[in-house]
Amino acid sequence: MTIHFVVHDEGDSVGVVVVEGLKAGTRLNGWIMDQDKMMEFDAKSDIPIGHKLAIRAIAQGDTIMKYGTDIGRAVADIGAGEHLHVHNVKTKRW
Amino acid sequence: MGLNLREASFEGWRRENGRMGVRNHVIILPVDDLSNAAAEAVANNIKGALAIPHAYGRLQFGADLDLHFRTLIGTGTNPNVAGVVVIGIEPGWTGKIVEGIAKSGKPVEGFAIEQNGDINTIASASRAAYRLVKHASKLKKTKAPLVELWVSTKCGESDTTSGLASCPTVGNSYDKLWANGNTLVFGETTELTGGEHLVAARCKTPEIRTQFMAMFDRYQRVVEANKTSDLSDSQPTKGNIEGGLTTIEEKALGNITKIGKKCTVDGVLDKAEVPTHAGLWFMDSSSAAAEMVTLCAASGFAVHTFPTGQGNVIGNPILPVIKLTANPRTQRTMSEHIDVDVTGLLQKQMNMDEAGEALLDCILRTADGELTAAELLGHREFSLTRLYESA
Repeated sequence: MTIHFVVHDEGDSVGVVVVEGLKAGTRLNGWIMDQDKMMEFDAKSDIPIGHKLAIRAIAQGDTIMKYGTDIGRAVADIGAGEHLHVHNVKTKRW
Repeated sequence: MGLNLREASFEGWRRENGRMGVRNHVIILPVDDLSNAAAEAVANNIKGALAIPHAYGRLQFGADLDLHFRTLIGTGTNPNVAGVVVIGIEPGWTGKIVEGIAKSGKPVEGFAIEQNGDINTIASASRAAYRLVKHASKLKKTKAPLVELWVSTKCGESDTTSGLASCPTVGNSYDKLWANGNTLVFGETTELTGGEHLVAARCKTPEIRTQFMAMFDRYQRVVEANKTSDLSDSQPTKGNIEGGLTTIEEKALGNITKIGKKCTVDGVLDKAEVPTHAGLWFMDSSSAAAEMVTLCAASGFAVHTFPTGQGNVIGNPILPVIKLTANPRTQRTMSEHIDVDVTGLLQKQMNMDEAGEALLDCILRTADGELTAAELLGHREFSLTRLYESA
């Protein structure tokens, strides 16, 4: 079974795509590393390898969690399964 | 697998100061930019001599000049170097670097260009290089326990796979080397932003924590004083963003996994400062790959581990750089740059202990003399860190 995305911790907002050429609509297998659990998800965007998808609905202003830690804030609403990157998330530092 | 690190050993060269090296370079070290041409001519004359040209060394002053001297003296003193020819435009600073390197007991000779000209300097320095390469070629390798190997780390062109897999692989090997009593270093001060509390929590004593936070806060003030944006074009880099990293916090949290889960931060170093005991050291440094690796070499480290996501191609003239990646696209498109393939981690085809052991195995093979990808491809990036403008 191919793992399409990996999540560090089950409390995280995001997973990382680990396969090339992922298309919207694909049924995805996700692996939650720290708890060693699997999850399934539908991709809502085309997402390049290494980029993130939201694994839950995120509202503008929400904190994004990865590694169980704050990695920035959403500057737009992001739907579950959508591409999450510099266009909708910004640093809280600097 | 189950590598027994206590019984692991490597064959290298024991230097005059007792340190073990894993390469046997004779380097031609310019003091300043003006002396690069002569240094390169000497290395061209004498086979087996390696010139290390660089861009600086004139009209520096204060702490910036101290760092210049410390970096060049440290480079010459590094145990991967058997002998050094120093060439400068004038005898004063040339002599200072020769004297610094000579304290280690290593053979070193200095030459100044003024009142001699390039051609006479090249002739004299070439004769010295001839003697030193002859000397180095006669030195025998000796066996030493793994604990004597100093190992450094710094990642580059990171992406999300770095934090998921290749940086934790270094962390796994660092936990094992630290328990074995090795001397280790990490750095990249601004690249801890968002995870600095995690590093602070790992500091062995309150004093070390205070020293670490002072270094971290000082660097933040440099960013705050000079920034014209949120640094989203610089840190994360364009390559990081292409690889899926969105914010400095996300990049930092991946970076920090290189220090594993068990090691404590046992001390802090200024740039190019030499550790005084075993354990894991934090070096206050730039996060630019060539600058940081150059500083690790100057601090005396003998093997470097370099996780990459998007495929940073860096090497160093004297410090073998081992690259590992977990990104299957990078492994597919740039495999000639990668020494350890840990892509299997992301498909559960390999666990973290297996990845850590694969890296340790590569560290030992490199220490025994096997060339790294960066050495084979001729990557010899040598970048001096500057603190401020020249006078």
